[in-house]
Amino acid sequence: MTNYAYVSLIPLLPLACFVVLGLWGRKRFKTFSGIVGTGSLLASTILSFYTAYQYFFVDGKVNGVYQHIIAMKYTWLQFSPNVSIDMGIMLDPISVMMIVVVTFISLMVHVFSLGYMKGEERFATYYAFLSLFTFSMLGLVLSTNIFQIYMFWELVGVSSYLLIGYYFDKPSAVAASKKAFIVTRFADLGFLIGILILAFHAETLDISTLIERLTDHQSTQFVSITTGSLLGVSILTWGLTLVFIGGAGKSAMFPLHIWLPDAMEGPTPVSALIHAATMVVAGVYLVARLFPVYSIDGAALDIVTYVGAFSALLAAVIACTQTDIKRVLAYSTMSQIGYMMFSLGVSRYGGENGLGFMASMFHLFTHAFFKSLLFLGAGAVIHLVHSNDMKDMGGLRKFMPVTHISFLIACLAISGIPPFAGFFSKEEILTAAFDSNKLIYGVALFTSGLTAFYMFRLYFSIFWKKESHLHNAHGEGTSTMKIPLIILAVCAVIAGLLPFSNFITSDGAALETHINLVFSIAPVLLALGGILLAANLYKTENNKPEKVAAALGGFYKAAHSKFYVDEVYIFVTKKIVFNLIGRPAAWIDKNIVDGLMNLIASVTEKISELIKGLQSGKVQSYTLYFFAGIVGLAAVFIYLWK
Amino acid sequence: MNDIPLTHILFVSTALFFIGMYGLFTRRNMITMLMSVELILNSVNINFVAFNKYLFPDKLEGVFFSIFVVTIAAAEAAVAIAIIINLYRSHNSIDVEDAGEMKY
Repeated sequence: MTNYAYVSLIPLLPLACFVVLGLWGRKRFKTFSGIVGTGSLLASTILSFYTAYQYFFVDGKVNGVYQHIIAMKYTWLQFSPNVSIDMGIMLDPISVMMIVVVTFISLMVHVFSLGYMKGEERFATYYAFLSLFTFSMLGLVLSTNIFQIYMFWELVGVSSYLLIGYYFDKPSAVAASKKAFIVTRFADLGFLIGILILAFHAETLDISTLIERLTDHQSTQFVSITTGSLLGVSILTWGLTLVFIGGAGKSAMFPLHIWLPDAMEGPTPVSALIHAATMVVAGVYLVARLFPVYSIDGAALDIVTYVGAFSALLAAVIACTQTDIKRVLAYSTMSQIGYMMFSLGVSRYGGENGLGFMASMFHLFTHAFFKSLLFLGAGAVIHLVHSNDMKDMGGLRKFMPVTHISFLIACLAISGIPPFAGFFSKEEILTAAFDSNKLIYGVALFTSGLTAFYMFRLYFSIFWKKESHLHNAHGEGTSTMKIPLIILAVCAVIAGLLPFSNFITSDGAALETHINLVFSIAPVLLALGGILLAANLYKTENNKPEKVAAALGGFYKAAHSKFYVDEVYIFVTKKIVFNLIGRPAAWIDKNIVDGLMNLIASVTEKISELIKGLQSGKVQSYTLYFFAGIVGLAAVFIYLWK
Repeated sequence: MNDIPLTHILFVSTALFFIGMYGLFTRRNMITMLMSVELILNSVNINFVAFNKYLFPDKLEGVFFSIFVVTIAAAEAAVAIAIIINLYRSHNSIDVEDAGEMKY
């Protein structure tokens, strides 16, 4: 067995980088802080690739099943002999896969930012925040303890907040960062309560022990959590659903998705890293991490399934109507995460039934590549055009050939056109859905057609549509911006060809999967249909899109306004929460809490007014009081205290 | 000397104590107040010596203690006079009524 202690360096290098750049970056490393950040992350990336090699090919497997390896464990807080918060590193197929994805995408984003963020005043701060985020995300995926996950979960929330609000002189960015923080924080409340419920009944916070106890039908912990119930629902379902609410908040599932589109106020590479490839899949990762427990509770899995499927569909519809290219991508992210969620939801534990789990992880893996590629491509476009709006774009293919080709590859990949990466993972998801739930399959199929449509709407609007009259074309950007695009494009092509099911399955044993050609016909045809429709509407400048929009009427308007979810939130918070809870609370605070304090203060003042005459400044009267005191004390000691 | 009963001596010391007390309360001049304090201390000294002599003739603690009080009184006088001099420098007076800045 290899010693895996070096794995701890993978998260610690970015942490060190954050400390160094955060403390001295702006003074000492003004210009080469990007190099420092990228260099340390390169080391992390190499280490994580080495870890993956060691784990998957050398010694992770025992009897054909991948093991959970606790590489490191350090007890941080001991509550009772059984319950403690540990800091540790757990290696299992999904965590190893995640560290590879996180470090690799983060490295690409670091390199891209060298060009994209060049000349920014707070360049070093930006890299410090990126390092902080990378550290937290790596800590999250490597956690051995559910409370460790929670702590790093909050840390990624903070770094996301800091990076969305990076342009803090822009009011909309400040509002967006606050919104993201508050919405995810609200969801995390559910997560925390869920953790406490699970940990209370399982009598442990350690993930492996918790899974072991809650999946063993004979254990006292299992009996206690399944027999207890609240409002007719078992405690286990409550706990898992609350944990899922936390995951849904981070992963922007309906109805907690409202922060994700606004989060696009941050710098575009940040959106690529945090709001497309890594942080937003933390919710999926969380469900996958606790999947053995989820899989014994059908009700909780149903919630995951329907929330995921509904979010996938809703986001895809909204994405068809948006005009801000980053918002289209944001809704597309939400939609794809919905795919991962319902794929987990339709899955069961072990063997053939675990297809959905494997498909979900596979999609997470491929999605990270092509979605970060799309965002970085969008970043390059925004860098050139200085606008986020589709209307300001068009005909850019001549100005930015590299971006154009890589963007096209990513669009094909996300639409599920063979042989690009998205095709394989999406096929697995559709197969898993088909095998267990026809309704979900139908939604997924329709959504994949929509996905192709809105992605190519985006593609044609940016790169075709009209002839560009850009005259200040300063080229495509530096080579540091092009190289990540090329590397990611290569990944988006080949990532799907990996024999993923040999490595990552719900129970660790390899799973035989095969692409059924007849089965693939429907989704591929739908995707092609979507592409052709988009080409028809958006390849050249015409008034067909307006006609379609007019024909759809109210539905188009509702989708364009994001189905008024934001308005509902504003109504609920401003009208109901503020008026019915906020105002009475403020009144109580002002009149009762403050009033009590003011009363104490004024009573004190009155009393001191009364007795301040004693402080006359006359030494002799002080002496008199002193003497009177002595006489009094003497009287007490002589006559009373016998 | 044993003809004089203890109460006589205690009477003297009590008289001395209350004379000092009276002086301390009525005089405004700080030097006089200091003298009154010395009277009080000495009345206590007389008590110590008297009790030692009459009640525990074979012991010396009372005498020692009165010597101790004399020493402390000397130090106290030095400090008090230093205060009086400083007060005189800042207020041009050694009347306690004139130094009322520290009242509320």
